[in-house]
Amino acid sequence: MAVNSTQPAQGSWVVTQVEDAIAWARKFSLFQYPFVTACCAMEFMSTMGPMYDMARFGAEAPRWSPRQADLIWVVGTVTNRQAPILRRIYNQLAEPKWVMAFGTCASTGGFYDNYAVLQGIDKIIPVDVYIPGCPPRPEQVLDALMMLQDRIQREKSSRMRALKERP
Amino acid sequence: MSKKVVRGIRKGFKDEVLSDHAEHGDFTVVVKPGKLADIVRYLHDDEEMCFEHFCDLTAVDWPDREERFEVVIHLHSIRHGHRIRIKTSVGADDPTVPSISGIYGGANWFEREAFDMYGVRFEGHPDLRRILLWEEFEGHPLRKDYPKQKRQCPIPLREQPPAQPEPFPERP
Repeated sequence: MAVNSTQPAQGSWVVTQVEDAIAWARKFSLFQYPFVTACCAMEFMSTMGPMYDMARFGAEAPRWSPRQADLIWVVGTVTNRQAPILRRIYNQLAEPKWVMAFGTCASTGGFYDNYAVLQGIDKIIPVDVYIPGCPPRPEQVLDALMMLQDRIQREKSSRMRALKERP
Repeated sequence: MSKKVVRGIRKGFKDEVLSDHAEHGDFTVVVKPGKLADIVRYLHDDEEMCFEHFCDLTAVDWPDREERFEVVIHLHSIRHGHRIRIKTSVGADDPTVPSISGIYGGANWFEREAFDMYGVRFEGHPDLRRILLWEEFEGHPLRKDYPKQKRQCPIPLREQPPAQPEPFPERP
C-alpha cells in the first residue's frame, strides 16, 4: 500500500487501489465479539488492558452483539453442549468476519480429551488464527492479531468471504 | 460421635443394614436399597439425629461387582455436628433406588446428575431428566464401559480443514 507515513501537506494526494484501501481500513477497525467461556479470559483481559493495549491495533471496542462485530474471539474451552450456541453466534456475525481460536482448548480441546469437550472449534466453524498456550501470553495474542491483520490486508474485499465456507 | 447415628439406624432398621465401618472418624452405613428413603426420612426427622444438611449424593461404578452401581449419600447435622455416609448398591439390570428428593429438595439435581452420568434411576423423582448433557446423548459417560474415545456432538461436524493451510506471509 502506497500511503506515506509522513503527514501529507494540505492539498497533496496518495495513490492506492480501492481494495487495498478497504483492507487497510478493515484491519485497523476490528470490532470484536468475545465468546469467553473459561480461564483464558484473564489473559484476554490483560491484553485488552493498558499494559499491552490492544487499542493500538484498532481492536479495542468489544461489541456485545455478534451482529455488530467483525471478529469473534473464542476464548476458552467449548463443550459439546456449547457447540450449537457457538455456531449460531458465528452465523449471526455480519460479513466480513474472522475467527480467532484463543488458547489450546479452543484450538484443539487441550487436555480435556473426553466426552464433554469439543475437540477444537474448527470442528464446527472455520478458524483464521490459532493461538496456542494454556493460557497464551499477551505477546502471543498480539502476534496473532498482527497475523490476522496481514491476512485481512491480503484478502480481496470484492471477493472477500462470499465464496468461503459457511457452516 | 457418629457412633450414635450408626446405632440408631441399626436399631430402627435392623434388617436393612448390611454393614458399617469408619474411616478417619467418618462413619459409613451400607444398607439395602429398598428402604433407603425411609432411613433417610428417619435421619432427617428424628430429634436425636436431626440431619438438616444434605451434603452430597453421587454414584460409583464398580464393573467387577455383581451389584454394580453404588449410590453414596453424605449427610451432616448442623445442630449436633455429626456426619454420616450411607451407601447402597444396585445391579445393572434394574439400577433403581428410591429418590430422596422429597426429603431433601437439594437432592433433586444431584439425582439427575447421577442419572445422567451413570444411568441410575431414582424412583419417585419428580423430573428425572438429564441435567448436564443434552437429551439425545447416547449412553452414560461415567460408566466404566463407556468408550473413552467416543465423541458425540449435538450438531454435525464440518469437514476438517486442509492439512496444509494457506501460509502466512513473512513479516518484514
